[in-house]
Amino acid sequence: MSAREEILERMRRALEGAGEAPPAPREYRRALDPEVDIVELLIDRLVDYKANVHHGLDAIPEALGGAKRVVVPGDLPEEWQLGGADFVPDEALSTADLDGMDAVLTGCAAAVAVSGTIMLDAGAAQGRRAITLVPDHHVVVVRRDRIVGHLAEALPMLDPTAPQTWISGPSATSDIELQRVEGVHGPRRLDVVIVGP
Amino acid sequence: MSTDAETPRAPIVPAASLLPADAPFPKAAKVALGMPQLRANLAHATGTIRAKRARLVDELDDWERLRDTAAAIKADVQHRLPELAVEFERNATAAGATVHWARDAREANEIAARLVREAGTDEVVKVKSMATQEIELNEHFEAVGLKAFETDLAELIVQLAEDRPSHILVPAIHYNRTEIRDIFDQRMSDAPAGLTDDPAALAEAARLHLRRRFLSAKAAVSGANFAVAETGSLVVVESEGNGRMCLTMPETLISVVGIEKLLPRFADLEVFMQLLPRSSTGERMNPYTSVWTGSRDGDGPKDVHVILLDNGRTGVLADEVGRQALSCIRCSACLNVCPVYERTGGHAYGHVYPGPIGAILAPQLEPGRHDDLPYASSLCGACYEVCPVKIDIPEVLVHLRQQGPHHAGERAVMGAAKAVMARPRLWRTALRAARFGSMPWRRKGFMRRLPWPGSKWTVSRDMPTPPKEDFRDWWKERRR
Repeated sequence: MSAREEILERMRRALEGAGEAPPAPREYRRALDPEVDIVELLIDRLVDYKANVHHGLDAIPEALGGAKRVVVPGDLPEEWQLGGADFVPDEALSTADLDGMDAVLTGCAAAVAVSGTIMLDAGAAQGRRAITLVPDHHVVVVRRDRIVGHLAEALPMLDPTAPQTWISGPSATSDIELQRVEGVHGPRRLDVVIVGP
Repeated sequence: MSTDAETPRAPIVPAASLLPADAPFPKAAKVALGMPQLRANLAHATGTIRAKRARLVDELDDWERLRDTAAAIKADVQHRLPELAVEFERNATAAGATVHWARDAREANEIAARLVREAGTDEVVKVKSMATQEIELNEHFEAVGLKAFETDLAELIVQLAEDRPSHILVPAIHYNRTEIRDIFDQRMSDAPAGLTDDPAALAEAARLHLRRRFLSAKAAVSGANFAVAETGSLVVVESEGNGRMCLTMPETLISVVGIEKLLPRFADLEVFMQLLPRSSTGERMNPYTSVWTGSRDGDGPKDVHVILLDNGRTGVLADEVGRQALSCIRCSACLNVCPVYERTGGHAYGHVYPGPIGAILAPQLEPGRHDDLPYASSLCGACYEVCPVKIDIPEVLVHLRQQGPHHAGERAVMGAAKAVMARPRLWRTALRAARFGSMPWRRKGFMRRLPWPGSKWTVSRDMPTPPKEDFRDWWKERRR
């Protein structure tokens, strides 16, 4: 018997007479209270986890903070490429090329206010995963219509089978005495630019 | 905080080596209790995380409802495991992954080693994974001439110290910052000169040490926090970005996933991704979560493998009471609140899963071994209260105590008690005898030391003296 057949057989034997589990109750929250200002909450949570927050497209150069070489997804809107940096579209750049970049500028698929989470799903203006990982500084543009209050509202906005990265603040570790320290292997600096009406 | 780089460093002694090897829990725990630095480190770390978790859990007004849902989803998964495993396999395969099945640790290790060789390399970078710890993948790789590099900071510390993890989430919880600095200083070839014990400096040293390895690795090994049947996706939850590096940069990715990690639907993540970060690190959300489904052209590994692991899990599934242990999402909240774990640390448990969850998982995954672990608890119930998936750990502990072997002496005492209690006159006589015999201790209210075999009891507890008047006498008096 193959391992597959044997394991499935063991499962079936283990469950003989077990019947069905009762349906799961779904009484939990799926949204925040309507009076909550989700943009304000998102900003509060981002700052709490040591991300920098900026407002409006005009703030992009400031968010890039002197980065000279900035990798961008091939489909990044032209009007976001502001300031004096050299914007390099990612056309299958090598790892070494990516490692030579000062920053990366992308959009996002969704942002969850309550946990300060930016979600990427390889969709428009986001590019492949490596470009938002190797450079040490990630600048992400968040349109207001991409901001939701609750995680349950964000998941339907994602392509579930696309490669996803959910980002809540810059890279961090709590491995030494359970004290949070920002900055390990992922981008050590995260700047969020909130745009839109 | 910084210290003179010229100070001679203490030699590195792996903490696990200080405990008697393969000793039963009471023996190992006794040694651990005599290590003041270990106890101080553990009390500090578990105290910090308990406070963070409590504050973050309080932010959610629907926490109990989330727990109810999570427990019910996991129970459903267990009841539909064969169907969900096949559904996961079908969807992952359709998305370009290769799904393997492993009956036990040996089979999983052999598959993983073969895949690494096929990737044309003899080394891998690793994301922290309990499943690969459980099957001792690193040790197997070393035995067959492959090298596995741990990349999670705490796992790196443990690997450099040639130690064993002592906590599910923070495997180096038993070391303080100064001890970690000493480990880096002596065991990391490229540790910066004059390294201080500032956690930020230590994290920076780890970043530099691993960066080239990440950017050039051909293959990576990971576990997974969740496996979504509906989409064939895997989810890895982490903080440092080492996970993203391993999951994104190499050409070949091998994930070892316990069959209990399945979730029916992608939307179920809305429940578990609220519970897990708050319960484990006390954060609203962990810094990075990666979700991937098979392989995708031009984005991440081309050669994606999933090894579905049994290794004793179907045995746990067969136990109606014990199977809830398979709901565990490895958050480690139960370790951090456990009065036993906080004092003994993880090594004393002698298993990769320590603490309350280990005390119910280890004896079930490896029947006949670790039968002492269900007794490594005062049954205070704190673990059940914090468990995000509501595993009734005390219930399973008691169940396993009942099922487990019992000492001949204990059986004899219980047999005798049963015989006496079944005969009312004999029982009354026995009570009178006990009252008479304990007279000298009456004023004190307890006896500190009984002669053998009573000493087995009083070695770790006092024996209360029987009351002056028992219930029967009192009742008789009232009715008169």
